[in-house]
Amino acid sequence: MDGDGRRLTRPVPRVPAGTARPAPRAARSRAERWRGDRWGAWLGWGVAVALPLGFLAVFFAWPVVSLVLQGFFTETAAGRELDLSGFAEVLSQERTWRIVGQTLAQALTGTLLSVLLGLPGAYVLYRCRFPGRTLVRGLVTVPFVLPSVVVGVAFRALFAPGGLLGWAHLEESFAGIVLALVFFNYAVVVRTVGGMWERLDPRAEQAARALGATPWRAFRTVTLPALGPAIASAAAVVFLFCATAFGVVLVLGGLRYGTIETEIWTRTTQFLDLRSAAVLSVLQLVVVAGALLVSSRARAKRERALHLTSDSVSAHRLRLRAGADGTDLVPALVTLVVVAGLLVLPMAGLVTRSLRAPDGSWGLDNYVALGTTGGRNALTVTVWEALGNSLRTAAWAALIAVVVGGLVALVVSRRPRRAGLRRAVGVLDAAFMLPLGVSAVTVGFGFLITLDEPLGLDVDLRTSGALVPIAQAVVAIPLVVRTMLPVLRAIDPRLREAAAALGAAPGRVLRTVDGPLGARSLGLAIGFAFAVSLGEFGATSFLARPDTATLPVVIYRLIGRPGAENYGMALAASVVLAVLTATVMMVAERLRGDRPGGEF
Amino acid sequence: MEQGQTTGLAVRDAVVRYGATRRRAGAVAVDGVSLDVAAGEIVALLGPSGCGKSSLLRAVAGLEPLAGGTVAFDGEDLAGVPVHRRGFGLLFQDGQLFPHRDVGRNVAYGLETQGVPRAERAARVAELLADVGLAGYAGRSVATLSGGEKQRVALARSLAPRPRLLLLDEPLSALDRRLRERLAVDVRDTLTATGTTAVFVTHDHDEAFTVADRVAVMDAGRLLQVDAPDVLLRAPATPRVAEFLGLSADGVADDSEPSGARTAAVTTSSGHDVV
Repeated sequence: MDGDGRRLTRPVPRVPAGTARPAPRAARSRAERWRGDRWGAWLGWGVAVALPLGFLAVFFAWPVVSLVLQGFFTETAAGRELDLSGFAEVLSQERTWRIVGQTLAQALTGTLLSVLLGLPGAYVLYRCRFPGRTLVRGLVTVPFVLPSVVVGVAFRALFAPGGLLGWAHLEESFAGIVLALVFFNYAVVVRTVGGMWERLDPRAEQAARALGATPWRAFRTVTLPALGPAIASAAAVVFLFCATAFGVVLVLGGLRYGTIETEIWTRTTQFLDLRSAAVLSVLQLVVVAGALLVSSRARAKRERALHLTSDSVSAHRLRLRAGADGTDLVPALVTLVVVAGLLVLPMAGLVTRSLRAPDGSWGLDNYVALGTTGGRNALTVTVWEALGNSLRTAAWAALIAVVVGGLVALVVSRRPRRAGLRRAVGVLDAAFMLPLGVSAVTVGFGFLITLDEPLGLDVDLRTSGALVPIAQAVVAIPLVVRTMLPVLRAIDPRLREAAAALGAAPGRVLRTVDGPLGARSLGLAIGFAFAVSLGEFGATSFLARPDTATLPVVIYRLIGRPGAENYGMALAASVVLAVLTATVMMVAERLRGDRPGGEF
Repeated sequence: MEQGQTTGLAVRDAVVRYGATRRRAGAVAVDGVSLDVAAGEIVALLGPSGCGKSSLLRAVAGLEPLAGGTVAFDGEDLAGVPVHRRGFGLLFQDGQLFPHRDVGRNVAYGLETQGVPRAERAARVAELLADVGLAGYAGRSVATLSGGEKQRVALARSLAPRPRLLLLDEPLSALDRRLRERLAVDVRDTLTATGTTAVFVTHDHDEAFTVADRVAVMDAGRLLQVDAPDVLLRAPATPRVAEFLGLSADGVADDSEPSGARTAAVTTSSGHDVV
């Protein structure tokens, strides 16, 4: 190291003491002068906390709580009365327990299968090197951001008589739903566990090997325990997504299979039975709260465990032949089968079927039809107009989600010195995870019953069209927070201290340190929020008016209408929506670069 | 150093606690330390890991609140004055260079905060980089620097705003031994040449003797002795001080290393090249 050894031979002129120091001001001491910016700092953090909390209170807590209260109270002549008979009634129905059982069974099976298949995937894609790895990683991520309605349509096309898997009779079956859930959540496991695995110090495993452990034993006794928190965290998130799955189950389950979420939708929109829907919302909250609790425990452990890992990325070449260090053949084969059979096949099937014109010939007829309102005017707007609506609302939703979520991530990334403040920050963190678990249907429906006169103001938000982007933002905010938080938390606090010691006031530290370093995650967060909003179906299906229908709403409407023409249009529109969301995600991933990012 | 001086740093009965809540008192890291550093003087805080020397430094910088006592500079009590208003420089063990800025813009950071005009800023950055032996490095990315180069840039960065006091928290500990010895000499040269008042935290007595005018030996949150290196070596106040300086309990050097280090420091301050 030549540069290090160089002596500082150049004579440095001695600075006369005091020349460059701030001129002493007798009138105001340093302590007095800074009182102004302390108020500024309190004000800044106050706004950073109050704005998101206010948003969450008005657009999440209030609608959801109002809806839930419908289950507890009945309107009588004397006013509101506590009435728990709704619970007794709903809980005594055989149908309720069948739905709860199906929800748990689907979620548990889907989670188990996602983890079992995802572990080899995480290993192959993050611990091994092979040509085309980046492409496969991107491919694996795409399903996660695909709109649930699109996935439903794709699997339905696959299972339908005449589809690629028509012979397996998976239409409207438990297995079919579970496969679709795994399709969705495989990426969550691969990315969460892989991100951790990639950074795991290989020397611990090497030490075990040197102590005489076989590769399998070293994996089981050293690597697996280290990955434990990441696996638990991924499993909890997957369980959450599976348990609240809506669009995909609605499309695939038919009349026989459902989740609590689809049941809430059915009871409100089909049976107009608000009370039992509210009771089911409470039931779902219980399931979700449990999963969130497990998830947050696991996540805290994971963030602690991250300190133990090395910074260097360690990967070895994929070994397909047996050698002294074992072989990667089994995980590689499992990954190949999953990627080709479970991920690529449904997508390829969807694209192929979309090219099949209603008369059975091959061509772009279905895509040409997207300029119409469907057979027998199934729609109020053309599909292209719906696409325009989607892009517009998603842009607004992404903006809202990134502003609110970004502020939350910023506040939560701080570690206040006072224990009370630290706890408050933890509560804020948990509060903004809630929308992830509360049914989007509940949110959408809650909007409808509360926001006709928000806060007593005489503006009916329901007709203004503003509710759709707001509801989508509520759904996207937890993802924005989870994407930005790890990046902001990874900034060494001493970097901020160094900046402060160089004279930077808190606002300047934020602008010159947190800003540039967090900017990369901002790109991914915007992409994520945009993609999720594009595909949001649960809340949007409640709130969008016929003339402002978004693409997922239009697709669902099309598959519900009779006629090969409408079905073909639904397939083509699904392809358009899939390509759009996948492109948004790919661009956002590019913006992120190679840095370790969020949790999903 | 007589009590009650009006120039330089004056720490009085400083107490720093960690993990204190309303119910628990927390662990005491610094336990009633008083220390003066005169203008232009370099004082080393020497002690084993966990003795509280870094906590004391962070309290002086304003990064840790004092549970008791005062920190004053030039006669003014700094209680309630935040880090960025103290006019103190701070150098971390691992430099903490801003990864998103190149070398020049790292050094310029403090100057930008002060609102120094662009041309003047560039001149000062070039001058400082030359001072630390990295002339022409301004456009380099910090990721391409070696460990020693990073610390040199960090030193230039903390000197750029002309701090009234420079706090160095084990700035050389992450480097290998040979490099550490050379850089210790360089740091002293730079500090004396710029007339910078400095507190230098280290757990290495050779390094302390090389860099500092006076050495404050610290153990378990308390100051054991504050003296010039030769006094410290000749007359350690307690057996614990002697032990930590690598002397046997009766005050005679076990090996020749400490005295050798002192020679190096003496020749350095007289301007001779010792490396």
